[in-house]
Amino acid sequence: MDWQGQKLAEQIMQIMLLVFAVTAFVAGYVLGSFQMMVLVYAGSVTLTGLITIPNWPFFNRHPLNWLDPSEAEKHPKPQVTVISKKKGSKK
Amino acid sequence: MHSFGHRLNGLLTFSVTILAIMCAIASLSDNLNTPSPTAEIKIMNINWFQKQPQGNDEVSLTMNISADLQSLFTWNTKQLFIFVAAEYETPKNSLNQVSLWDAIIPAKEHAKFWIHTSNKYRFVDQGNNLRGKKFNLTLHWHVMPKTGKMFADKIVMAGYSFPEEYR
Repeated sequence: MDWQGQKLAEQIMQIMLLVFAVTAFVAGYVLGSFQMMVLVYAGSVTLTGLITIPNWPFFNRHPLNWLDPSEAEKHPKPQVTVISKKKGSKK
Repeated sequence: MHSFGHRLNGLLTFSVTILAIMCAIASLSDNLNTPSPTAEIKIMNINWFQKQPQGNDEVSLTMNISADLQSLFTWNTKQLFIFVAAEYETPKNSLNQVSLWDAIIPAKEHAKFWIHTSNKYRFVDQGNNLRGKKFNLTLHWHVMPKTGKMFADKIVMAGYSFPEEYR
């Protein structure tokens, strides 16, 4: 996933879980069945997991442009020169 | 969220936290319920009323217990634990409570019932104070939830009394 994809995945996960939690609670309360609430919620957690956890292609729509290896060879890394500092009084 | 494991962990912890909050709200929703239970206990017969060798009074009675406790059930109720206790005062104790019978009601359909039974547990006094004694029969119930707070309450039925003499 790219950075945008990660953010999208996290947002989708949080919103889906909250919305499905409210739906599950209302469904259970209206039907008068605690079991129904838990089942709907468990199903929705699985569904959310299937959508947000695997590395689907739509999470990779803003891919990072890594530098091509052949291009990198043409521009060598600059050499770092160590400047030793002499602790002496300057005259 | 950076890796598969990272996202899986996030999903699991968030979903379990939300489940805990849902259960708390479900428990709070029990307070919206206004129950209206009714109960009646008739003492059909005092089978025997004797003084034990140790000096304590013991009585065996047959009761007809009828109740409608359906309004106590909510969507968050697992079962109802009920028991009948005899309450009376003696010179030694300001309150004596003796449990005579109990039951577990697992579903709303079974909450409207009547039962003709002798006392499940022995009714033995601390002493020999029961002759002519007035007592109350109280039906207590504990509403045991699927998640959250348990509620307990009772109905007091007064006006019962023991015979004057042993039989």
